[in-house]
Amino acid sequence: MDVPWLVLIPLAPLLGAAYNGLAGCRMQARFGRPAVHLPAILLPAVSFGVTAAAFLKLLALAPEQRLLQCHLWDWLPVGQLDARFALAMDPLTLVMCFVVTFVGTLIHVYSVGYMREEPSSWRFFCYMNLFMFAMLVLVLGENFLVMFVGWEGVGLCSYLLIGFWYKERKNAVAGMKAFVVNRVGDFGFVLGVVLLFWGLQGRWEGDRYVPDPAPGTVAAGAAAEAAVPHGEVADATPSLRVPAGPEPRRLREAGQRVSISFHALAEHLTQPAVRGAFMRRQVFGVNLVTLIGVLFFLGAMGKSAQVPLYVWLPDAMAGPTPVSALIHAATMVTAGVYMVARLNFLFALSYYLMTWVTLIGVLTALFAASIGFFQHDIKKVLAYSTVSQLGFMFVAVGVGAYWVGVFHLMTHAFFKACLFLGSGSVILACHHEQDMRRMGGLRKLMPTTAWTYFAACCAIAGFPLTSGFFSKDEILWKAFDAGNVLLPGGGILVWLLGAIAALGTSFYMFRSYYMTFSGDYRGAAAPSESAHAHAPAAGHDPAAADGHGPAVAADHAPVAGHGSDGHLPVESPRSITAVLSVLGGLSLLGGLVGLPHLWHVPNYLRHWLDPVFEGSAVLVLSAGHGPIAEWALMAVSVGLAFGGWFLARWLYRDRANPLPDALLASHNPLVRAVHSLVYNKYYVDEVYQAVFVNGVLVLRRGCDLFDRWVVDGLVLLTAPLLRGLAWLHARTDARVVDGAVNGTAWTFAGCGRALRRLQTGNLQAYLCLTVIGSVVLIVLNYVFLL
Amino acid sequence: MNLTAIGLEHFLVFAAALFCLGLVCLLTRRTAIGILMGIELMINGANINLVAFAHHRGNDPAGQVFALLAIVMAAIEASVALAILFALFRALDRRITIDEASTLRG
Repeated sequence: MDVPWLVLIPLAPLLGAAYNGLAGCRMQARFGRPAVHLPAILLPAVSFGVTAAAFLKLLALAPEQRLLQCHLWDWLPVGQLDARFALAMDPLTLVMCFVVTFVGTLIHVYSVGYMREEPSSWRFFCYMNLFMFAMLVLVLGENFLVMFVGWEGVGLCSYLLIGFWYKERKNAVAGMKAFVVNRVGDFGFVLGVVLLFWGLQGRWEGDRYVPDPAPGTVAAGAAAEAAVPHGEVADATPSLRVPAGPEPRRLREAGQRVSISFHALAEHLTQPAVRGAFMRRQVFGVNLVTLIGVLFFLGAMGKSAQVPLYVWLPDAMAGPTPVSALIHAATMVTAGVYMVARLNFLFALSYYLMTWVTLIGVLTALFAASIGFFQHDIKKVLAYSTVSQLGFMFVAVGVGAYWVGVFHLMTHAFFKACLFLGSGSVILACHHEQDMRRMGGLRKLMPTTAWTYFAACCAIAGFPLTSGFFSKDEILWKAFDAGNVLLPGGGILVWLLGAIAALGTSFYMFRSYYMTFSGDYRGAAAPSESAHAHAPAAGHDPAAADGHGPAVAADHAPVAGHGSDGHLPVESPRSITAVLSVLGGLSLLGGLVGLPHLWHVPNYLRHWLDPVFEGSAVLVLSAGHGPIAEWALMAVSVGLAFGGWFLARWLYRDRANPLPDALLASHNPLVRAVHSLVYNKYYVDEVYQAVFVNGVLVLRRGCDLFDRWVVDGLVLLTAPLLRGLAWLHARTDARVVDGAVNGTAWTFAGCGRALRRLQTGNLQAYLCLTVIGSVVLIVLNYVFLL
Repeated sequence: MNLTAIGLEHFLVFAAALFCLGLVCLLTRRTAIGILMGIELMINGANINLVAFAHHRGNDPAGQVFALLAIVMAAIEASVALAILFALFRALDRRITIDEASTLRG
């Protein structure tokens, strides 16, 4: 169904970005801040409204036909490639659009309060709106190329916003790091697109292109495929699932353009014959589907901060806190999850691929959760928590539970945005202090922030009936029940690792809550606190405590009523607390759209999303655990959530328990080793620095030396060589060429000089010669002719 | 006197002698007048040849006409040459030795 007004969804934030980018500076100077932030809030709100209209439109359609399209223009009709610049909205896109526009609009509202002392807030809102535009293009893109435009656009905005306070070197470096690490992933994305496009074409044999043969073979293959029931293929390896039909089979009609739109591809690959031929295709001895998927997933790993490309996300906390909430928690980093869910028809084709996604996801979940234990910077804790939660989402999409991944994506957007915005509120109140050891006791001072933060903590920990409970529990259950994980122990191993990560999540989130909100405020007197005594030894970077530029801190100080050093923090303005309340409420209630089927209640989200994933549904297998196992797992999940909570409460509440400080101060080498290993994030950054950054630097030095000695040497060598040649040439010119020319002249001059003697001007001499000549001629005439 | 005894050869020898005398005069005299006179002698030697051959061919009028034409030409030539000599005479300070007029530049 063609719906032209779909374009309004990305267009409205783009207009906002253009307005603030082109006129925002002058409007702010003339009409004050509302001239900047009102359009910046209203235009994303328009997007939200249009999304709601699209929702109603979709709702009116039959579930199988829920697809709205908006063809803007033909973009790259090159050869057989048909890439249109078109937007498409199906139920999955709609969920993403809702999350992006809703959370995005709220965060814009929040930013009004948060950025009220920022002189160039027009720049901030311009970037934020631009980000909304790029993100909406990403999720609305009808094909890979449009998606890639959004994909790169969000990367750009992320870079711009991380380095928003670019005057401080640390922020600029963090932005660069995010950009460079993301390039690694984007490289994989592009290769994946190219390889997929290639894979749907004919084949290369040696170096010769072979168009696919006649269509008759398709029918034979389809028959062979249809003859194999699905029950038989359940326990077979991926390569055996395809019946051995006549080779090769065609994937495309002759002369037909290859559409790279997601829906056309998904529909195409639902045909068993096409799917079989596609799955059997190999490139360099590797299964093509697996290779494409791994490359796409590399893009997802970069964008969604998975091991080993997660390192940029914690550093990205250098940006303003609303940016962290919007880009690095709620929306952009989930783009990888969205992509895998969007490409479910591709990822479900290979067990290896699904296992790979699951494995990366669960390792990331566990790894990042463990780093979160000992971080002191409140935003760093949330950053590692985000990485960990993204890992959970990849577990979900890895085991084929795509709707669960999207579900967790949505609930995570709510509670993690709430947590980040709450931390922003705290940071603002504590005068841009981010170290949790200098906070404490804020529950009495900032009640709204405290309860919303607590609600979001409950949700992320998975307390019963909160949103995180439903989504995370469903992920763990689906992982446990996964039938296509090729790891030893199958889904149970994944479940076990995920459960440990969930326990850790609960622990470190409540640790951050109790360190921040319970006990007494330690802000003013912090440097003398014993808790801080070990900080220099632990290598804590003092600059990390102040995430904002000096200019902002200077602007911040004179504001009365907001307190200055020595005064207690006060609750944030209403634009902040209102947003926190909405998100806190959604953190608690947002899970109600996806209640577990075990409870025999309608699961709206699943029914909504099912048509999108039905193409891959037949390929996703269940291990066949019954409802008893599911109930048991649910109980274990609840136990883990409460276990983490009790542990954190016991250790950190009111700073009453001396154990953490005692452990930190302990000189036991094992404790110290573990602490410094985890505190320093397993030294991954240092390893990357040593291997990649220094590797590049060594390469640079090598290139420099090569350039200096070899290339320059060659260049410098040619100079004397050419000079010699030129000298030789000059001599040749002077001697030989000039000699020939001058010699001619000299010859003729000499002849002339000799002949001039004859021209005496004496008449009688001429006559004499004439007579002599005549006589000679006559004589000769007689001698020779007679 | 038998005119037939005086044959063509006599005339030719005479004419050649006359021509040679004119030539020698031409080559040896330094004054321009002498040179002119040498030229006249040579022309007349040639004229005698013409007339002699005309007579020899049975009074062919063509030879006589040629001789007359040559005489007229010689007169014209003499007048032109005398005009040049007058110019030389003035230019060369009342001398008309031909050696001094060795360059054609004025």
